[in-house]
Amino acid sequence: MTKTIPIAPVRKSIDVKATPERAFRIFTAEMVRWWSKEYSINKSPIKDIVIEPRVNGRWFERGEDGSECQWGRVLAWEPPSRVLLAWEITPSFTYDPDLITELDIRFTAKGSGTRVEVEHRLDGYGAAAEDMFKIFDSGWPGLLESFAQEAA
Amino acid sequence: MTYSLALAALADPTRRQVFEELRAGPKPVGIIAARLPVSRPAVSQHLKQLREAGLVCDRPEGARRIYFINPRGVQELRAWLDRFWDQSLVAFAAEVEKQNADRGKEGK
Repeated sequence: MTKTIPIAPVRKSIDVKATPERAFRIFTAEMVRWWSKEYSINKSPIKDIVIEPRVNGRWFERGEDGSECQWGRVLAWEPPSRVLLAWEITPSFTYDPDLITELDIRFTAKGSGTRVEVEHRLDGYGAAAEDMFKIFDSGWPGLLESFAQEAA
Repeated sequence: MTYSLALAALADPTRRQVFEELRAGPKPVGIIAARLPVSRPAVSQHLKQLREAGLVCDRPEGARRIYFINPRGVQELRAWLDRFWDQSLVAFAAEVEKQNADRGKEGK
């Protein structure tokens, strides 16, 4: 019935000289080595960035003082070809569980290297919301509730 | 910076709902208020802030005003992430290169 104005996703890609396996590992498990430290929502400086390697795993930063601040969650974990994250931080770098944007990262072999494609979807209430419903149905009733309110 | 205003404006969940309503098409205040559990004056207030943030425009239609999304404002919002990912992917590629170089040294 309603036709919504689509907000085009942000799409970026880069080619790296590494196998998809290595590219995937550096991107996900070694994020702290390349992530710009200014992009933090914690009071304590970033010591580590963790993406728990499984569906529904948390994506968070750990500060030097050991404190953790969540950024989002893993919606799909398909090493070495794809990881789909729920990005729940506003661009002003505050955590907002109501903000669900999908961050789809794909790793495709290209020659002897890998093409890494990032698609950041800004339609916060689209497919991600549906996935999040399924994921949080069992584990996070509070968020589901706020979702329900949002959708009401 | 317009984009930071836009981001601040959308940080409020109710305001985001008002904004989402407009994504389905231009609407007057009354229609938006009827669809959300928010009073009409509150909706007006949110629309005012969205307009100041450059996300929403309005035009008169008879005695009322019709509000609609300002595509340029949304563009500002996208632009931030666009720059963010440009910067981040370059840093990622640099890290891969650095590790490649380290591996090269180890191999010798």
